[in-house]
Amino acid sequence: MLLRALLGFILYGCCLAVFAHKASDSYLTLKVSAGKVSGQWDIALRDLDFAISLDTNGDNAITWKELHNKHEAITSYAFTHLHISSGESPCQIKPTQYLVDNHTDGAYSVLLFDVDCPRLSTEIGINYMLFFDLDPQHRGLLRVEYGGATHTAVLSPTQNNQKIVLAQVKSGTVFLQYLHEGIWHIWTGYDHILFLLSLLLPAVLYRQAARWKPAIRFRPVLIEVIKIVTAFTIAHSITLSLATLGVISLPSRWVESAIAASVILAALNNLYPLINRNIWLVAFGFGLIHGLGFANVLKDLGLPQNMLLLTLLAFNLGVELGQLAIVTGFLPFAFWLRKTQCYRKVVFTLGSVLIAMLAFIWLLERSLNLTLID
Amino acid sequence: MIIVVALVSTPALLAIPFVPDHDEQVLERLPAAANPVNHELRALRNRLNANPGQLDIAVKLAKRYIELGKAEADPRFYGYAQGVLKPWWDIPEPSSEVLLLRALILQNRHDFDSALHDLATLLHQEPTNAQAWLTQAVILQVRARYDDAQRSCIPLMELEAPLAASTCLASIGSLTGHAAKSYDFLREALKETQVTSTDQRIWSLTVLAEIASRIGRYEEADQFFSEALKFRRQDIYLLNAYADFLLDQKRPEEVIAMLSEKTRIDSLLLRVALAKQQLGDDDLPNIVTQLKARFAASRLRGENLHQGDEARFTLSLLKQPQQALQLAQANWVSQREPKDARILLEAAIAAHNPAAAQSVIELLNTTGLESMQLRQLAAQLEKQNTGLDGN
Repeated sequence: MLLRALLGFILYGCCLAVFAHKASDSYLTLKVSAGKVSGQWDIALRDLDFAISLDTNGDNAITWKELHNKHEAITSYAFTHLHISSGESPCQIKPTQYLVDNHTDGAYSVLLFDVDCPRLSTEIGINYMLFFDLDPQHRGLLRVEYGGATHTAVLSPTQNNQKIVLAQVKSGTVFLQYLHEGIWHIWTGYDHILFLLSLLLPAVLYRQAARWKPAIRFRPVLIEVIKIVTAFTIAHSITLSLATLGVISLPSRWVESAIAASVILAALNNLYPLINRNIWLVAFGFGLIHGLGFANVLKDLGLPQNMLLLTLLAFNLGVELGQLAIVTGFLPFAFWLRKTQCYRKVVFTLGSVLIAMLAFIWLLERSLNLTLID
Repeated sequence: MIIVVALVSTPALLAIPFVPDHDEQVLERLPAAANPVNHELRALRNRLNANPGQLDIAVKLAKRYIELGKAEADPRFYGYAQGVLKPWWDIPEPSSEVLLLRALILQNRHDFDSALHDLATLLHQEPTNAQAWLTQAVILQVRARYDDAQRSCIPLMELEAPLAASTCLASIGSLTGHAAKSYDFLREALKETQVTSTDQRIWSLTVLAEIASRIGRYEEADQFFSEALKFRRQDIYLLNAYADFLLDQKRPEEVIAMLSEKTRIDSLLLRVALAKQQLGDDDLPNIVTQLKARFAASRLRGENLHQGDEARFTLSLLKQPQQALQLAQANWVSQREPKDARILLEAAIAAHNPAAAQSVIELLNTTGLESMQLRQLAAQLEKQNTGLDGN
């Protein structure tokens, strides 16, 4: 009898495991920053369905509605199988948002949460038990991010406790990271580049009898550019520092809109010159606003409080380096072309028109919270 | 106070989480069998929950999961089976039923040594266990321990499984210098067997097709593959093998037609990518990106069960012979089937490192394995070798 039963069950010979897809995983990410711990936990819908039945109507498809209706059950199931502690005392987990994401092997429920630790120490303890009773091959892929460092671990039934020491970060590494962020930001923040270009475009020209004429010598042009760039730099360094240190604070929507407006005004001033002397004053005034924009970026990156000044300095230096690269690229080119029709008609006039138009769209987008262009 | 920053970007695997557009949006389709609404599974689960620790119910449920795992080529089901067997998993002397199931689960995870250990213990207790003899033969064959594998096929003849025995013996015979004889023998055996299960028939047909393809009888190979596919039973091994055959025959359109609905399974997606490469399809970069992400996701959990396929991906699609060679060598340590030999030879040739595949040459020489492809590759490798020596 037993033999027959077994033969009925024979899994034939050729059937070695083939590369199908990976087994069950969840992705648990904790971010420790500014004395706060927040988390994201991606759990496969298939696994949740196996544990607490998501497919309520039994049609083998899980809809957003079915998932949404189960969010409370998911939260209580998931967070009874995960304990986070710090300094030997347990932390409270508070779900903040429910999202969905697609991983390589299907859709996942994404739980965002805050972690409240009564005593956040230099150590975080994680005790993970999700699905291990149902599927011992399940793994929790843990990722803890702090101070520019990442700690990863694979949590399994035999290794379900992790103690993560939040080591002191090397200041050199942090410096380089923030320097890089600063350069990156100026290069990808087109509004700053365009503002600067709008001010620099007329630097190789001078105005005489309501007409633009090419500058004769390089030296005054260079001095003019240095004055503009220095004024912009000093101004945005002031507000960047003040905002980062918490002395001033303005809503980012206001700041971003004002930055867009500054680009429009700078470009329009080329077309209908109101100010053609002491452009550096313009650079200084609007530089103050741009500095507030940089501060918002820096805030989003997060700031290690113990290295506040270092990161501020590194980020600012990065911005200056990025800016310097733009100026050294632009100036010889502009000076060389300054006498041509092409420079005055295409680069200067048409360029200013395009910049003003683009900045106008930004202004609408930012002030009204719209998306007009990608 | 520790204050730190998250500057490290999220890995590319993680896309941006979103809120679905509307309530009825389908986020995930479950494999039909995975649905707990499936009556038999649910009934068994409920019974087990009501009687925790009841071995016979647990064994029945674990078996169902392993069958599903095989049919769907889905490791999650093997995990569920292991979960069901948890109370008996680590006890010092589990019953023979648990030993067998544990061996199958370990085999699926490519923990071949532990699986062989369990099977040896089980066969010592219960020498009439056909499934155990068969599983043992299969693992030994993958390890290229052909003499031991053959010895494990023989008891099947006595155990009311003559076609299984013939298939087992022919499969090994064909790898040890008796391809033509094994082929005729199995063909006869299949013809004479009137009553047998569909799974058994598919297995025998697949073995016949693979032997035919190795000895260059391509039309017959094609016929056997087609006959096996006619049963319309989901068999991922068969699909992989036929796809590889079609790719070698430069028939990529048929690969795509056969597999385009099944690309959730990674090995099949790899075959689709190779077919699209032959066709010069614009969609190829997109599929390569997907495969890259899937391999990366497997690696994240610290597993490398599919280095053979990954080597092939790395060599043919990423064109990185050195990395492919490393993967193929690592794969060769645990698996030594003809396809494993092939990728190691190909990678060694591409990487201009003939020494790396010497153990394949040795295996071919000692076993007398007949395979036109492998012999050709081996000759190419030898040429490179002497060419290098000459320099």
